[in-house]
Amino acid sequence: MKALCWLGKHNLGVENVPDPKILNPGDVIVKITTTAICGSDLHLYAGYIPSLKAGDILGHEFMGIVEEVGPEVKRLKVGDRVVVPFTISCGRCHFCQHDLWSLCDNSNPNAVELEKITGYSTAGLFGYSHLYGGYAGGQAQYARVPYADFGPIRIESDLDDEKVLFLSDIFPTGYMAAENCNIQSGDVVAVWGCGPVGQFAIRSALLLGAEKVIAIDDVPERVEMAEQAGAQVIWANSEDVSDQIKQATGGRGPDACIDAVGMEAHGSTYDAIKQSLKLETDRPYALRQAINLCRKGGTVSIPGVYAGFLDKMPFGAAVAKGLTFKMGQTHVQRYLRPLLDLVEKGAIDPSFVITHRAPLTDAPKAYEIFAKKEDKCIKVVLKPWEDGAPGANGEV
Amino acid sequence: MDATTLEEPQPAVQSGHGIKAVRACTINQPVEALYNFWRTLENLPLVMKNLVSVTPISSTRSHWVARGARGKTIEWDALIINEHPNELIAWKTAENSDVAHAGSVRFRPAPGGRGTEVVVTFEYDPMHFDLKIFSRLFGKKPADTLGADLYRFKALMETGEAPTNEGQSAGAGQKEEAA
Repeated sequence: MKALCWLGKHNLGVENVPDPKILNPGDVIVKITTTAICGSDLHLYAGYIPSLKAGDILGHEFMGIVEEVGPEVKRLKVGDRVVVPFTISCGRCHFCQHDLWSLCDNSNPNAVELEKITGYSTAGLFGYSHLYGGYAGGQAQYARVPYADFGPIRIESDLDDEKVLFLSDIFPTGYMAAENCNIQSGDVVAVWGCGPVGQFAIRSALLLGAEKVIAIDDVPERVEMAEQAGAQVIWANSEDVSDQIKQATGGRGPDACIDAVGMEAHGSTYDAIKQSLKLETDRPYALRQAINLCRKGGTVSIPGVYAGFLDKMPFGAAVAKGLTFKMGQTHVQRYLRPLLDLVEKGAIDPSFVITHRAPLTDAPKAYEIFAKKEDKCIKVVLKPWEDGAPGANGEV
Repeated sequence: MDATTLEEPQPAVQSGHGIKAVRACTINQPVEALYNFWRTLENLPLVMKNLVSVTPISSTRSHWVARGARGKTIEWDALIINEHPNELIAWKTAENSDVAHAGSVRFRPAPGGRGTEVVVTFEYDPMHFDLKIFSRLFGKKPADTLGADLYRFKALMETGEAPTNEGQSAGAGQKEEAA
């Protein structure tokens, strides 16, 4: 099959690799019909996530048709159309049984290595480094999906792939970020970063009853997409971001702040240099601002990927104001059914975020365009079975 | 066997000479299932990657075969030296074995219905081993090897399978990891 392989920093290739096999009795093989590039894939592309190996297949947002089932799989059968969560979860450990799927005890074969960094191992993830299990990802024509009775959600309706694909990651991730804000009547939620996760966080906060959502970014097409959702925009590159946020909230500050930017935030030369010299693993500029501007007793919600050690966190401000921090990898399995219901009843059409469509064979170029935010790129969807002939509208 | 006290295993490894590794985990299963799996010593190669087989000889003596270098095997006999159903199994290698090793596994209920806490202790005397045999058996970091084995035990008990990606697809750049 064809698969997008990580070959090194800023070096990807579409290679012919062996088709995946059933390795455990609870596995299925999915023939992938649509997959996508996630903002967090760019951290792999840029080499900020350790423990990748040349030849690793990337991708953790994918869906398709069940092609083969392992002997212990009871819930899925060949031919089922499924969306696959990016979190690999066993369904039977204490954490899975308490709806904390991304904290699964059992799914990471490299748990001993991860726990040296995190204290305790968390769930394996598709296509997201060997510390997170080394599982081959879904930017490919087929993928092996472990614990198939506990992960994939069956799509019974005839909704397009593009409307349900993002149940795999960014829609639940944005939704959980908003849910973590514990939104009450009259609350104002500020969202740093209007990438795909930020876009879903903005819409989810409004769905969950936020009075107002303030969006902070400086990329025109992303700002425009946030405005379309009904957010009030504050330009991140303006000098008086904090004054504007205070004015927009009557001097109270946002009741909750979502950092949907993560480890590669712009705006701080200090962090960019330290990160490039490996003196700091992340660039937490947005997070510092979110902590400083969050109202007293408010909540800071962090769906963005941070990988290591963060410098100069204003922890004194967080303590003084009695902030609540909520964070973590998304418990995708928890949100699949309720969010699919929202899509099916038309409350949201997640395909709004797609700006580019390309065949899998063009994925390396698509990564480059996405990474550089060229051509107003916000979200790229890849088709594994289409050939690379150039096409119309929006193709890479 | 003393039914009221849990004695430490008799050392096959002299005090102060050994490398000790201790690992604990909580398994979302009743103690009986875990104890019975472990006490059925033939099961241990399912969780301990370097073992080929364990064959009981008597109620307390068993014969162990492990993978060595270049397809060879390493073999020894082990004795169960303490045993309390659903609480403790302790063992050591028989005298005059090529390897000197002692260990124990303890089981106790976890609070709040969280299953069973399992604590495994391994002691080895590396002076008593050929260094190559030692690293073959216990890895370069014995505590990591034990940790991985214990994770495999937990996964097998909770889900019926151990997580793996051995044999999965990858690009040509990827060399197979040395086993």
